[in-house]
Amino acid sequence: MLTSAPESQTKPVAAARWFHDPLPWVVMVLLCLAYVLPHTGAIFGALFPQQDRPVYLQEPFSELLWRHAGLVVVSSSMAIMVGIGMGIGVTRPAGRAFEPMMQTLASAGQTFPPIAVLALAVPAVGFGELPALIALALYGLLPVLQATLAGLAGVPQAALESARAMGMTPWQVLRQIEIPLAWPVWLAGVRTSVIINIGTAAIASTVGAKTLGSPIIVGLSGFNTAYVLQGALLVGLLAVATDMAFERLARRAALPS
Amino acid sequence: MRLKVHPVLAVCALLGLGAAWLLPLLRVAPNRLMSGEPVYLASVLPGWGWSLVLPVFALLIQPSSTGGTFNKQPPNAISSQLRVAALPLLIALGLASLFWLAATHAQQVAQTQSSLTRTSLGAGFWCLVALAWLMSLDAVQRLSASSAARSGVLALVAAPTLLLLAIGVGKDLSLLKEYVNREEVFWLALWRHLQIVATAIVPSILLGLPLAWACTRRSGLHQWLFPLLNIVQTVPSIALFGLLMAPLAWLALQFPRLSQAGFSGVGLAPAVLALVLYSLLPIVRSGLAGLEQVPVAAKTAALAMGMSERQIFWQVQLPLALPVLLPGLRAAVVQTIGLTAVTALVGAGGLGSLMFDGLFSAANDLVLLGVLPIVLLAMLADALFKAMIAWVQPIGFSDADASATPLAQVSGRIR
Amino acid sequence: MIEFQNIGKSYGGVRAVEGLNLHIELGELVVLIGPSGSGKSTALKMINRMVDHDQGRILFEGREIYSFDVRDLRRRMGYAIQSVGLFPHWTVERNIATVPHLLGWSKESISQRVTELLTLFDMAPELFRQRYPHQLSGGQQQRVGVARALAADPAVLLMDEPFGALDPVTRTALQLELKRVHQTSGKTIVLVTHDIDEALLLADRIVLMNQGQIVQVATPLELLSSPASDFVLDFVGRSDLGIKLLSLKAVEPLIRQTPAPPGSPTLAQTASLREAVAILAAQGSGVLSVLNAQQQPVGSLHASDILASHAHVRA
Repeated sequence: MLTSAPESQTKPVAAARWFHDPLPWVVMVLLCLAYVLPHTGAIFGALFPQQDRPVYLQEPFSELLWRHAGLVVVSSSMAIMVGIGMGIGVTRPAGRAFEPMMQTLASAGQTFPPIAVLALAVPAVGFGELPALIALALYGLLPVLQATLAGLAGVPQAALESARAMGMTPWQVLRQIEIPLAWPVWLAGVRTSVIINIGTAAIASTVGAKTLGSPIIVGLSGFNTAYVLQGALLVGLLAVATDMAFERLARRAALPS
Repeated sequence: MRLKVHPVLAVCALLGLGAAWLLPLLRVAPNRLMSGEPVYLASVLPGWGWSLVLPVFALLIQPSSTGGTFNKQPPNAISSQLRVAALPLLIALGLASLFWLAATHAQQVAQTQSSLTRTSLGAGFWCLVALAWLMSLDAVQRLSASSAARSGVLALVAAPTLLLLAIGVGKDLSLLKEYVNREEVFWLALWRHLQIVATAIVPSILLGLPLAWACTRRSGLHQWLFPLLNIVQTVPSIALFGLLMAPLAWLALQFPRLSQAGFSGVGLAPAVLALVLYSLLPIVRSGLAGLEQVPVAAKTAALAMGMSERQIFWQVQLPLALPVLLPGLRAAVVQTIGLTAVTALVGAGGLGSLMFDGLFSAANDLVLLGVLPIVLLAMLADALFKAMIAWVQPIGFSDADASATPLAQVSGRIR
Repeated sequence: MIEFQNIGKSYGGVRAVEGLNLHIELGELVVLIGPSGSGKSTALKMINRMVDHDQGRILFEGREIYSFDVRDLRRRMGYAIQSVGLFPHWTVERNIATVPHLLGWSKESISQRVTELLTLFDMAPELFRQRYPHQLSGGQQQRVGVARALAADPAVLLMDEPFGALDPVTRTALQLELKRVHQTSGKTIVLVTHDIDEALLLADRIVLMNQGQIVQVATPLELLSSPASDFVLDFVGRSDLGIKLLSLKAVEPLIRQTPAPPGSPTLAQTASLREAVAILAAQGSGVLSVLNAQQQPVGSLHASDILASHAHVRA
């Protein structure tokens, strides 16, 4: 029970750990593929002899990768800020009245398929990057909101009472007690939100955004399985790498137990 | 007695007024290609309509005893019960009247202008519908704890509007015209959608439950099974559909009998296979959690009474695991309904095909015709499962997931 | 030190506390006791403004508590509750250091204070300071909770049923420790409990409350020997009143100089009369030999003397 990890790790041991850690490998493969795929015409040509255009060349894969990542990062940041902000807001004395409705919204809203939110954004704002951004931000908001509420509700009442009684200001209680204790749950919510966003951003190509889903959509409508495979590989690796990264974060954020 | 304004209702009323005033109720376009001219509620509402706003405000102001806030009202006070019941009623009537107003205007337009003119429901209408949905959900939470009662009241809120639809009001709205144009296709797509969902869920259950049971027997199994299923969940749906196409196409080539049976790289096969894989995680995880929380005492007692392993599973473990299993199943079904929409891209059909057709041809009404049923299906499935869960709960337990830790509740949904 | 002047408090029409007048002296250990709903917890919480009173005034060190900044007020008072409320994400050391940290103490003074407090509660500092709350037993957690309440050397320590959730053995051990801490530190302590035996053991004065009002304020001895009403009598335990009274009395005054017959059972000089009676009854003897700390006989104690001195107790 009472342990203190030995701080001194000899360099070779640390290096070996990096070697065995799958995350850097996955990221490397992803980046390699993104930059190398356009040049693999021969390989794909051999695998899919009936295709006269075996490799997707309309945009470089690397550009698609960064666009996809960019879309996810921007929409998720907005979703996180608003979600956590709203979650904290409705758990303060001033906002308590709104908490039940926010709970309802967060849980009922998630029965909506994300694709529906994406499709509904088009009649509202048209085609392009904007409906994708709005849909991703709106839908990504819900898991974060739910996690914020759940995490804050999980802080022990006795700890909150003691903190108040010891003369901490509400801001100090939030910053020193509530946030550190709720943080692991929040992180799980953010993780869910980001992973869903990566998936939905792939389909966003149908509403006019250029992402890693574009080769897949183009391939599907043009019966070009090679395109589909290329796009699917890249976006799959991106999702897996992101999930692994969150897993690392989650382990570090976990409360001592 | 002091008068207090209920903050949530006040905010909703403000938002509603804003949406009704500032956003168009309808859009009238001379033909299918042009975007429409906005028509606002103010111009459509008859003179006496404004007096209807009064009951809304009556609900907002609420007399409270000194020192009390709205949230602390004793729940069995008659006036507060009436108040809570009045809100869904008001919403139901409001929705129906809004729809009727829109429909009559559309009828007017159809009679006075060319037959190509399109009257579509505008942002204002949809915002008000969304607001109404949110408010009814919230009001229903306060009404009663019974899942069935809540769903019943929600259905009643939609009832007047559906009634109007059924008797033919609104047939001049572009959305309904689109429906009439594509009636057969619509019902085929709906049926197909349900088929796909069923074809995916049943094998998932048949595969998932035994896997969960196997996990309770061998501890090593869930060490590698769950990470694997997790990776599958993480991969975006369209990527998984895409990744399965090539191998399945190759399989169909190698085994001609399979392709004769309809198996190929496109269509149902990759769709259903991927959907089964996606449903496995929630089902196996909740199945395992459910089986693990069955009290050991119950199993021991059953064993001592001479029941066989199989009898114990079916008569003791499974029924006791249901309260935890069913929420996972609900998650799987709702998820599958949504993912099936995406399968249209790989040629599996379903409501998603209507939706994507609409997106690709910039026909908003077609998009709505595809999306709205999907959303309604998901909500219906969710409500049905909630009712089942409530029915299965042993008396004294709450409606919430049995896996009650906040972390478990949140980590459940990765797509 | 703390003065309640005609204090009243209602919760939505229900009077939780009514017409409360009480003066708590510096260095006293006052116990608020009563049945559920008597308002004892409410009264305690009004001192550090966890609950705000509706009527009357509360004075702390001569000043009205509403004239203090509420955070300042609370940082000058220690607060320990039944569920302890340790912060799970902080070590024992960081938990205890909560208020010193808020007050801006230096790292060395904090560290020193933590060592001091852990030693005071018989918990080896080097072993416990880096542990986390979940690694501690219930009794250890409550000790840390009280240590945390005492960390910034507050003027008064407020305790709300602190030992209620513990098993009887740990509870007794902690009660004795609290008594010891009170005697060594001389702090003013206000403690709420529903356990009359705990009150009799610890209190300098007991405040018995019922339905929001004070029924009697008295020392343990006074409470037992002159209960103000039948309610008090029933509350302290009508049937074993005499026995309880015995536990408050020492053997010293009743020791006779004449030695006891050889073979008589022995008793320590510091024991209470209750222990004396217990031994007398168990051994079936009429006389005890009283021994001092060095195990040497200093006199004898006769059962008849005990009974005679107790004759005036109301039954």
